[in-house]
Amino acid sequence: MTWLQRNKIPAGTALVVLVAAYAFYFANPNIAVSMFSNAWFLAVPLVLGAMVGVIGERSGVVNIGIEGQMLVGAFAGFFAAAATQSVFIGVIAGALSGIAMGAFLAFTTVKGQLDQIIAGVVINIVATGITSFYYESGKTIPRGLPNFDVPLLSKIPLIGPVFFSDGPIALFALVIVIVLHFLLFKTRWGLRTRAVGEYPSAADTAGINVIALRLFNVTMAGTLAGIAGAYLSMEATSTFERGMSSGRGFLALAILIFGAWRPLRALAAALFFGFMSASASQLQASNVVNIPQQFINLLPYVLTLVVLAAAAGRVRAPGAVGQPFVKGD
Amino acid sequence: MVDPDRPPAKDAPSPAPDAPASDAPAKAAPTVPVVAERGAPPPPTGLLGFLVRHQAIVVPLIAVVLAFAIGAILIRAQGFNPTYAYQRLFTHSFLTESGLLATLQKTTPLILVGLAVAIPLKVGLFNIGGQGQLMAGGIGAAWVGYAMRDLPAPLLVIVAVVVAVLFGAMWASIAALLKTTRGVHEVISTIMLNSIAVGIIDWLINGGPLSDPGQPFPASHAVPEAARLDPFGVIPWGLPVALILAVAVAWMLGRTTLGFELQTVGRNKFAAGYAGISTTRTTLIAMAMSGALAGLAGAFELLQIEPWRYQNGIAGSLGFDGITIALLARGNPLGTIPAAILVGAMRAGAPTLQFELGIRPEVVDVLLAITLLMVSLPVIAKWIFRRHTVKQTQLAGSWGA
Repeated sequence: MTWLQRNKIPAGTALVVLVAAYAFYFANPNIAVSMFSNAWFLAVPLVLGAMVGVIGERSGVVNIGIEGQMLVGAFAGFFAAAATQSVFIGVIAGALSGIAMGAFLAFTTVKGQLDQIIAGVVINIVATGITSFYYESGKTIPRGLPNFDVPLLSKIPLIGPVFFSDGPIALFALVIVIVLHFLLFKTRWGLRTRAVGEYPSAADTAGINVIALRLFNVTMAGTLAGIAGAYLSMEATSTFERGMSSGRGFLALAILIFGAWRPLRALAAALFFGFMSASASQLQASNVVNIPQQFINLLPYVLTLVVLAAAAGRVRAPGAVGQPFVKGD
Repeated sequence: MVDPDRPPAKDAPSPAPDAPASDAPAKAAPTVPVVAERGAPPPPTGLLGFLVRHQAIVVPLIAVVLAFAIGAILIRAQGFNPTYAYQRLFTHSFLTESGLLATLQKTTPLILVGLAVAIPLKVGLFNIGGQGQLMAGGIGAAWVGYAMRDLPAPLLVIVAVVVAVLFGAMWASIAALLKTTRGVHEVISTIMLNSIAVGIIDWLINGGPLSDPGQPFPASHAVPEAARLDPFGVIPWGLPVALILAVAVAWMLGRTTLGFELQTVGRNKFAAGYAGISTTRTTLIAMAMSGALAGLAGAFELLQIEPWRYQNGIAGSLGFDGITIALLARGNPLGTIPAAILVGAMRAGAPTLQFELGIRPEVVDVLLAITLLMVSLPVIAKWIFRRHTVKQTQLAGSWGA
């Protein structure tokens, strides 16, 4: 009961959204399933990207480089898969390249005390440069990651076909949000991570190795960015294009802020973003209103600005985010 | 190794008013000691002392050399001779007439977008939106240049340039207003505004009100002869303007009250607030100036280069190169000039590499990215200068909603 009292507004919102979604489903099941599936399809990389941000910023490190980390993940994953003709190896390569990118951010900012924003921007520019230089056209992978039905869960009306009949990375994204929420708020690692992000000197006094924990968290968070990239090039599509992350890393940051640095709320925020884009496409496809395609594509970016302007002042960033920790300073 | 007579380091502000912490070496005469921090060791003498005093120049130079060395390895790995490639690149960019013109035509907007990143950097703002602001300026010039095509020549150019400047300033001001009124971090807002500019312009020139139906691909109408800025020999029109503006910005930052206010906010916005300097006002002014410069870059890009019309890709990645240039120049307005010439030469020479040697032109993107990486890594400066390293701007502290 106390949990409900503490979370009245989020729980209430979730309930209202769920009821509305099912009302829509019973009114028109086909369109509802296709729209919500599309929303989740668009939301998966945003969710994974936002989780990268959650881990980093909860530990006190801003990650503007999610965009570049995703792009390298998409690139490494796709070309590893093309070379070995195995999408499984592709996903592993994507994740490993993500770790490398995470480690770069971690070591430059946490160890080297390079400004975190500059480090992130450098990651993005380097990622764009490297992936377009080594890009080769005409490579193909055998097939994208296959969709599969999760037993039992995929039989639930609406939720089943939307969340439990997708590819492995989409399912992974759903699971990782819940796991991360549990880890962050119920385990020793989570408590330490939050302490390091809120008040590193206090955490240091309590005997936590701030530098080591930040290095570990930011490096490992890169895995998720790499997997998000693998989703883009091997699950959502089966091709790599230059600059294919197209701003998703930055949308993920907006989602992270809108989601108040909490995994579950970030998931909800990502679904909201996905749903807005899906409904705009739906409106255009059904010829209800004639909006130019360019404006449909712009929606997520405009939405980001609106959401950030609205969220400002309502949410609070972790206390030490952006500040390098120097022991004894 | 701790100096025995070294007083304990404190966070107290620098006691000497004539030796501010961040850019003392850029301006100080060689006789003035560099005071990086209270309690810092005495300045070294001899060669190391010379290098330490000039580290604002030394570090970027080392970064560029290292970047070219790494680039050489990449080019070798692709099966080409790096020495020959670099030789061809720079011979073309500086020693042929068409190449030099192309280099200077690239240098012009690059100086301006470099300044557009450097000015907000002084205030502690990171303007990633040079690209969008440049595009806004370019489309503004294209629109007015065609819509008012009956105006006489000098007037038409002036109107087109003014509109471009206003468009750029307006686009940057959106980010500034979101920052000052709602606390939206400028890095995210300017990136979003870049994407929004791309989308809106694509609509305008692709079947929208500014599109030229006579073109086989999305494009605006070409501006008339009267609005085109033909170069004098190899000197494009905009180059002297950009050079004068770089000097003017250096003067503004170093010698005027406004510049003092901007730099004070950048060093410590709380102290600036106590001193009665409005952070809101300086944020708005810095971003508007920055957008105006980027908009002007867009105007030159449109009015002085064939096909004198807005089409996709004319902005290239000039706006992002501005980041590399500003960081290479370490935020120094005059430093943007050599940095822009270097980047301009590389951009202008990229097609040659492809035509003559078959190296992908994207190698220049990689080279610039590695340069940016090398110049921003504090490791390099620390490795040479140890404790004498001058601290760099801290931007990430303003993060959060």
